[in-house]
Amino acid sequence: MKIHEYQARELLAKAGIAVPAARVVESAADAAAAFNANAVPLQVVKAQVFAGGRGKAGFVKLVKSAAEAQTAADFMFKNRMVSVQTGPEGIAVKKVLVAAAVDIAHEYYLGLVLDRAKATVSVIASAEGGVEIETVAHQRPQAIIREPLHPALGLPGFAARRVAARLGFTGSQASQVAQVLLKSAALYAQYDCSIVEINPLVLTKDGKILAIDAKINFDDSALFRHPDILAMADPAEHDPLELRAAKANLNYIKLEGDIACLVNGAGLAMATMDVVQLHGGKPANFLDVGGGVKPEGAVEAFRILLSDNKVRGVLVNIFGGIARCDLIAQALIAAGREVGFKVPVVVRLEGTNVQAARDILAEARAELPTLQSATDLNDAAKKIVAATT
Amino acid sequence: MSILVHKNTRVICQGITGGGGGAFHTKGCLDYGTKMVGGTSPGKGGTKDANGLPIFDTVEQARKATGADATMIFVPPPFAADAICEAAAEGIRLIVAITEGIPVLDMVRAKKFLAEFGDQVTLVGPNCPGVITPGECKIGIMPGYIHTPPEPGKRRVGIISRSGTLTYEAVWQTTQLGWSQSTCVGIGGDPVKGLDFVEVLALFQADADTDAIIMIGEIGGTAEETAAAYIKKNVTKPVAGFIAGRTAPPGKRMGHAGAIISGGEGTAESKIQAMRAAGITVADSPADIGHALNIAWRG
Repeated sequence: MKIHEYQARELLAKAGIAVPAARVVESAADAAAAFNANAVPLQVVKAQVFAGGRGKAGFVKLVKSAAEAQTAADFMFKNRMVSVQTGPEGIAVKKVLVAAAVDIAHEYYLGLVLDRAKATVSVIASAEGGVEIETVAHQRPQAIIREPLHPALGLPGFAARRVAARLGFTGSQASQVAQVLLKSAALYAQYDCSIVEINPLVLTKDGKILAIDAKINFDDSALFRHPDILAMADPAEHDPLELRAAKANLNYIKLEGDIACLVNGAGLAMATMDVVQLHGGKPANFLDVGGGVKPEGAVEAFRILLSDNKVRGVLVNIFGGIARCDLIAQALIAAGREVGFKVPVVVRLEGTNVQAARDILAEARAELPTLQSATDLNDAAKKIVAATT
Repeated sequence: MSILVHKNTRVICQGITGGGGGAFHTKGCLDYGTKMVGGTSPGKGGTKDANGLPIFDTVEQARKATGADATMIFVPPPFAADAICEAAAEGIRLIVAITEGIPVLDMVRAKKFLAEFGDQVTLVGPNCPGVITPGECKIGIMPGYIHTPPEPGKRRVGIISRSGTLTYEAVWQTTQLGWSQSTCVGIGGDPVKGLDFVEVLALFQADADTDAIIMIGEIGGTAEETAAAYIKKNVTKPVAGFIAGRTAPPGKRMGHAGAIISGGEGTAESKIQAMRAAGITVADSPADIGHALNIAWRG
């Protein structure tokens, strides 16, 4: 789960990490008021959206007066933000952050992420902050400092001090940075994060250590024990179809193409998207209905797929293990009766109760004229691509 | 000989009474011929399950009474990591964790706990379909009938996969092309897990009854790249493979907790390239995994 920058800043502040004064607002008039309340001459107005590329899109602006803050915020509320990460349709901005700008002497990067190979969380730090850390890692790997956490003890004090020293800090600043690291690591563990990133962490010209921008994501599997985090979720940042699918226990991700896929199992669902593309089509979604799918869940899955008006065909690929093919066939017919299949539907079934499923589909043939059966996955992909082009 | 499990493996199910699949799949494993010898469900010790298997409160009691050396875990996510640790602490040799959705930090701690037992304990999963040696022992949720037990004249493939249903797809294709399977291991879709590709590859390479290997990966992490390097250096048997997720957009979690491209790392292309460079026959289409195996076999 993701949260906004302003929420991440609040969590950092609560953990005792210094952040510049800032206020989050939902109208241009409030942005002007926030500027006055922050009461510093130079401030920055930042759109609160999950997508990156805000600066280049003009959705991060330096302002020198309440009027400028109001103008900047007004622009952000009235225009959709389009960046490399948003797609051409862009996204609407609902909140902006008005924050005190600081006089920066140097920018650093601090992050905590899972290191899969070591099976533990690791600190990633660099004295080259303020830019994409992946770029630094590729171009100058020696500029990256890694410090794995102990799986049970977390980040020991000495390791935090070691990172601060390697970043070039001395004296009381070194202790301050070590404290930021220890508090970030504690935050990661406390809330079951999947990433805590402060970029940049800055040294100001008057010698202060401040977290300017922060990104915190959470392990979805652990949200059950963090109701306070779950309450921070912003439904406006999610596709409405994805939210609807989540309610029905379906794993659905909307994509850009026009061939919808309904599959059981995450690996097979990905592979089905791949095979559609291999045969010249474009998948409209990832959808894993899961092993324990019930009839109503499967019907809802069809409703969701067909309510995406880009969809020009549906590929159903089920390898019945726990999921039963006959149940999927029944759901297919129920969905066809309810919503009507105006687009071609190609069905490939294999596994548990496959014969019963084929019989069910054969019986309903007259009712569902756009339905075709396929013998294997290549055949299915070829048929759906041919039917939609 | 097969790897990990065989006809004498004695299996308990932790979470045997639960709606999470423990009851249903205990029966499925029994029906397949697995030596299921009991299960645990805290608070229900002293009773029997629908199949007449004894239920215990703790793994300690279950192990003493049944001599189990393997466990299949269906315990719900909040308690599953603890169940893994319990099995290790009680001397269970093989832990197969089916449970999906265990918090990552719970697994980080559990893995550290298991490390103290060295090679006395092996963890498969979590979030995996399990392990099957066809005709001998099935621990997990895979449909048994798609597999072919080894018999004279049939070549034997060992299969390793991060995905469940995609494994079934590969098994089914190899069965249809006349192969049998020595053992199939679903290592699971989570970022922190027990056995990874490299460990299972080593077992298959050493197993006299495995003739060839299929390795099925997916986007996220770098385990496939590591495995490819290992294969190049250490595996002499023919290897075929497939990587799911070529069309997956970066930054989106594709169902499995571990299936995410992040920071330019974990792409399908990088994995396929590494595997091909290591001499692995990689299928472009998931429908051609069986054919890729035949090509790898012919050399």
